[in-house]
Amino acid sequence: MQIMVHQSKSGRTAASGGILSEAFAAAGADAAAAGFVLAQLPRGRGPVLWLQDRLTRKEVGAPYLPGLGTARDILIMALTRPVDVLIAAEDGLRCKALGAVVAEVWGDPAVLDFTVTKRLALRSEVGNVPCWLIRYAASPDLSAARDRWRVTALASTLNPDDAMAPGSPRWRAELFRSRDRQPGSWVAGHDRAGDTLDLVAAASDEALAESDGTTGRRPQRS
Amino acid sequence: MTGRRIVSVWLPQFAMERWQKAMARLGNAPSEDLPVVLAIQGPHGPVIHAVNRAARMAGVQSGARVVDMNALCPTLKVEYADPGGDQASLEKLVFWARRWCPWTAQDGDGLLLDISGSQHLWGGEAQMLAEIEGQLSLAGYSARLAVAPTPGAAWALARYGTVRQVCHDTADLRPLPMAALRLEAETLLLLHRLGLKTIGALADLPRLSLTRRFSRTNPAANPLLRLDQAMGRLTESLSCPGEPADFRSMVRLPEPIFDPTHFLPGLCQDLCNLLAVQNKGCRRLRLTLYRTDGDWFSEVVATSTATRDDRHLAKLFEGKLDQIEAGFGFDLITLEALAVEPLAPAQARLEGGEEDTLALAQLIDRLSSRFGARSITRPAPRQSHVPERAQTRGDVLTAPAPVKALAAPAPLRIAGTPPAPVPKPPVPTDRPIRLLDHAEEIGVLYAVPEGPPAQFVWRRQTHRVTRYEGPERIAPEWWHDRPGTRLRDYFKVEDEAGRRFWLYREGVQEDGRGGDPRWFLHGIFA
Repeated sequence: MQIMVHQSKSGRTAASGGILSEAFAAAGADAAAAGFVLAQLPRGRGPVLWLQDRLTRKEVGAPYLPGLGTARDILIMALTRPVDVLIAAEDGLRCKALGAVVAEVWGDPAVLDFTVTKRLALRSEVGNVPCWLIRYAASPDLSAARDRWRVTALASTLNPDDAMAPGSPRWRAELFRSRDRQPGSWVAGHDRAGDTLDLVAAASDEALAESDGTTGRRPQRS
Repeated sequence: MTGRRIVSVWLPQFAMERWQKAMARLGNAPSEDLPVVLAIQGPHGPVIHAVNRAARMAGVQSGARVVDMNALCPTLKVEYADPGGDQASLEKLVFWARRWCPWTAQDGDGLLLDISGSQHLWGGEAQMLAEIEGQLSLAGYSARLAVAPTPGAAWALARYGTVRQVCHDTADLRPLPMAALRLEAETLLLLHRLGLKTIGALADLPRLSLTRRFSRTNPAANPLLRLDQAMGRLTESLSCPGEPADFRSMVRLPEPIFDPTHFLPGLCQDLCNLLAVQNKGCRRLRLTLYRTDGDWFSEVVATSTATRDDRHLAKLFEGKLDQIEAGFGFDLITLEALAVEPLAPAQARLEGGEEDTLALAQLIDRLSSRFGARSITRPAPRQSHVPERAQTRGDVLTAPAPVKALAAPAPLRIAGTPPAPVPKPPVPTDRPIRLLDHAEEIGVLYAVPEGPPAQFVWRRQTHRVTRYEGPERIAPEWWHDRPGTRLRDYFKVEDEAGRRFWLYREGVQEDGRGGDPRWFLHGIFA
């Protein structure tokens, strides 16, 4: 997978190495954050451990293998409470055979505090396993996540075969807090066939509007 | 004469003592002087099932009718017995008795323990009997015990012999009454009428005449069979409930403890050392905690591959021992390997590090022992057009093998025409990355009869459709679905906020399978 994103001073891109990242879904029942995370997970390293609490599963549904692509090897755990998700995530980060750990939590549970995120972040860095927290209907409180994203769905690109049909997905990805990178806002487009994630600076709205599939509708300014 | 040593434990007051224990726990135990009986419902009114000491002194007999005994002893307190509860407690006690030896079974109103090879651990048979009786009395049960080479002899001596009799020669049975042979009442009466009072008298009779007289196959009706069983001429096996364990490690504590977690690592290490000697690994592990008061607690964990990694095994019990009820404490902890499989020693890699498959299997063990084996799935694709059937739960230990996409049928070729061009491989159909467990019904504005959705209400929010793709028609699988299942027309739609959903219309107008079509939201696209 290629990622066209500016390189930070340390030379780390969003997908490399074991760091804890957080992705906040802007709308409640929205798969944009999950799609954005999925596009950044490393391929070919090992199975991805995907953890969900009960509310998330009820509200947003479960990962669906035909939609993820059959090349994806994924271990799904349906748990009950947010605390179970966090326990399982920490346990999963101990296992170096995993490609990544993704934990989905609904709302702002009291157990998900700074200490817990710090534990996850350290565990992720020690084991070199990337960890993603996907937060739905949550407010960005204190957290030790190295990168914190806010992901909103945008109108998709023009479908080359059918102008009336949705094309490749696009999201507004806002990096609002980062440990060693410049925060910013991008328009992220995912090309499923090539499995590439393109991050384009959101400042150039005019250029985006030209390639926009919708007529007379422009992505909102941030 | 066999080399077996069988202990028979008779609990003559079990029902009454259990009731007294239950009352004492509630804090309203009756006074020792008050005559109390437990009654069960007989065909002609309540019948006495168990009596306490005061009632027995007053002349109350079990088996008599309650009204008769009330006349004899007007202060009699009658409570109802709980034979089902007694049986359940006795079954529990069978496993609790595994603290002395691994083979125990229930035997009517008592226990049978095969202590062959276990005596020396307790300093001999006499000491072992004293220990068993002492522990049972601590648990609140009075018992009579005997040890003999056969179950029949042990049964007889426990009920009719001297206190804690150790029998090496079955000739000890000769002076015992005929009732010690475990015979039914009719046969006993018959033998009594024949003038046979003791076992010795029966043994002196010629076998041929006894065989002629008693030709029943039921041992309880055939004194000769019972005599042979007691004397060891006819083998009688002990059928012990539960799964036997070949490998077991234990800690016996001088003082009862309440938190057993500190002993787990040592126990696991001992067990893994035992397994390593024979190149075995275990798939299941049972931890049993024996309470001092006749109760026990058992926890089984399973592993996905055979293992003898003691640190991994100890981790599987994490969080499982928090909720246990310790009572007066545990004084014995055993750890048994149940499903044992051959496991060759693994070659450690020179450069260090661990095997990926092993690490993953251990992670799956830890997660499934903590959260249940059903909570974890590794979906595998399946050939089906119906979305919810296109993936299976899969096998958590193996990565899913990709299946070929469902191919379109080959086009018919008409003779004389040039061969049709080879079709390009089909573009994978667009599927959502999230699928709801149950499709949710939505209210949709659409052009009747088969138009695309223009606007829909999902979870009380109105979404206006800006772009759509579809319909993709998916017919029901008649070999799976009930007759009358309607087809589905799937649409991929995008609303004005840019969110993409997967909707379907169930059925079409006038398809004869119900009224107007209904709309559902089934999945969410990235």
